[in-house]
Amino acid sequence: MAYDYEKYIRPGKLPHIWCPGCGHGIVMKGLIRAIDSCGLDKNNTALVSGIGCASRLPGYLDFCTLHTAHGRAAAFATGVKMAKPEMNVIVMGGDGDGTAIGGNHFIHACRRNIDMTYVIMNNLIYGMTGGQFSPCTPTGDKASTTPYGNPDPTFDISKLAIGAGATFVARTTAFHATQIDKLIAEGIKHKGMAIIEVLDDCPTTYGRRNKFRSVIDMMKRLKDIAVPVAAAGKMTAEQLEGKVLTGVLYKEDKPEYCEQYAKVIAKASGAK
Amino acid sequence: MAKKVALLQGNEACAHGALYAGCNFFGGYPITPSTEVAEVLSNELPKFGGKFIQMEDEIGAMASIIGASLTGAKALTASSGPGISLKQELIGYACIAEVPCVIISVMRGGPSTGMPTGPGQSDVMQAKWGTHGDHATIALAPASVQEIFTETVRAFNLAEKYRMPVQVVYDEIVGHMRERIEFPEPGDLEIINRAKPTVGPDKYKPYDTSFGDVPPLAAYGTGYRYHVTGLNKAQDGFPTTKAEYVDAEERRQIRKVEGEVARVDIEKYEEYLTDDATILLFAYGSTSRSARYAVNELRKEGIKVGLFRPITLWPFPEKRIAALGKQVKAIIVPELNLGQMNLEVERVVKGACPVISIGRVDGEPINPGQIIAQVKEVK
Ligand SMILES: Cc1ncc(C[n+]2csc(CCOP(=O)(O)OP(=O)(O)O)c2C)c(N)n1
Ligand code: SF4
Ligand SMILES: [Mg+2]
Repeated sequence: MAYDYEKYIRPGKLPHIWCPGCGHGIVMKGLIRAIDSCGLDKNNTALVSGIGCASRLPGYLDFCTLHTAHGRAAAFATGVKMAKPEMNVIVMGGDGDGTAIGGNHFIHACRRNIDMTYVIMNNLIYGMTGGQFSPCTPTGDKASTTPYGNPDPTFDISKLAIGAGATFVARTTAFHATQIDKLIAEGIKHKGMAIIEVLDDCPTTYGRRNKFRSVIDMMKRLKDIAVPVAAAGKMTAEQLEGKVLTGVLYKEDKPEYCEQYAKVIAKASGAK
Repeated sequence: MAKKVALLQGNEACAHGALYAGCNFFGGYPITPSTEVAEVLSNELPKFGGKFIQMEDEIGAMASIIGASLTGAKALTASSGPGISLKQELIGYACIAEVPCVIISVMRGGPSTGMPTGPGQSDVMQAKWGTHGDHATIALAPASVQEIFTETVRAFNLAEKYRMPVQVVYDEIVGHMRERIEFPEPGDLEIINRAKPTVGPDKYKPYDTSFGDVPPLAAYGTGYRYHVTGLNKAQDGFPTTKAEYVDAEERRQIRKVEGEVARVDIEKYEEYLTDDATILLFAYGSTSRSARYAVNELRKEGIKVGLFRPITLWPFPEKRIAALGKQVKAIIVPELNLGQMNLEVERVVKGACPVISIGRVDGEPINPGQIIAQVKEVK
């Protein structure tokens, strides 16, 4: 299907900074399709990000865009949403940005269940700074700061989000491009904190150190490890070894933060 | 009609000053000796639809007020030494992205956790240089409960007018003491709101210098779509590494505060018996109250001492201090640190007279006796 991405891309802002084969561009296209399908008003939509290759995404798109500091996107976004709850707030960022330096803001934004959509592009590495290991780099893998293999255990971002209180949590991969927009759209429509983890790839700093001979190999891996949640139920623990579940992993209706605060306002102004 | 009066604590006066100025968003994280500002605002803001949020840490608090301000809110945070240290990266963000906001810094001892309930004035250089990179700073230093109210109002005005973070720094003594305060009526004090764009969204650029050194800032959600970043940017708001753009923007952001005209507008100080003074005391915050007492005592003995009290700490009142340096035999700088503003006075006086520091960091205030003794020594 021919699709009019141009409608949402800022004139003159392409080409982007991403390397050939980088998965972040696939996520950007998915985001555009999601926003378009939800019919969001550009003037009333804020795209917020931190720092990293992934976090450069908002600059290319024609919305109210806020490229903040490393790790702080969720906290800036909380200020925007709290001050103007009628705005749609979407956070876009990397695994390092969101779960290392920004981990505290990430879990607390989940806990508040504030109405925003947070798309976290998990390429298993700090891409922008040249490939140091992130909290999501698999144990044993090579990064520029793990020359002997990564000794660290990893975060499961989706589990982290569920544990922290997010009320919509979904996962997919850059290989499953059409699922990206469906899940982001569902997240946007969900009232509360929606986390969409997209496993993508960084051929430049992760792939080449970890024996991926091409971007195609990296895409194949994403294809192979993904197991839709529905299918997982029929699989044995052995079969699930090394796989990740995709699709909507968690959904719950719980009071949303700005609505809760509206009750505080009602109470306080009544008690004047 | 008689003005409303109250017995108020400094931090409470700060919260009420903020409300008077039109503050409608507070993002914070508790820390002694600043917490009362948050407590009062958590009670007052929702009464009229304002927003209060207690964030997960001071970094988040600073982030939240910048985000809120971009939607048009008048946003405040309050903290103390350790928390102000955490905010520094984002104070720099507000400087370069030019987002109005106010930061209250109630000073205790330090470094680190220091003496949480003791007074200090050791964060005045942090106010100036705490964040990395070249940047201009506006910091105000009230010395009484009444003045905390009025200076908090002025901080909002300056933040809105110059489109930048403004800090109000005062020591724990002023923050926690109770004094009589007269509430200004609406209209008594000027309230400034940020300039709104006068061009349509198609022509709008967030750093358009054809409107002067402080370009108008559109609020998110009002039809203007633009980009905000902490990277060096061109006038259209998008990142650039072009030398001439970066240089022009960096210089403008300093000039808008430190330029001749802006300085006259922002600088504020009080002089007490300086006309014929041969010895000058330079003191701010609670220390200036001891200094004033010392001046009165010494004058009774015929010693010609005067007091210079900066109310705007940054930008520093360079011209006036340079002139006074030529007039007097010595300048004495009592402060609750080991000589921070003393260095600045020295820099500006350029050797015209000796500059003598009285530093105290033991958690006790500087008393008039200590100042009197020092004056008699140099007389
Ligand atoms: C306070 C701070 N610390 C460190 C950095 C350096 N830094 C920039 S991007 C980045 C990692 C980004 O990784 P991720 O969020 O996973 O994004 P990716 O580049 O992989 O898309 C780091 C460490 C910074 N900009 N700011
Ligand atoms: S370094 Fe990696 S994450 Fe960054 S643009 Fe290149 S491929 Fe993408
Ligand atoms: Mg990454």
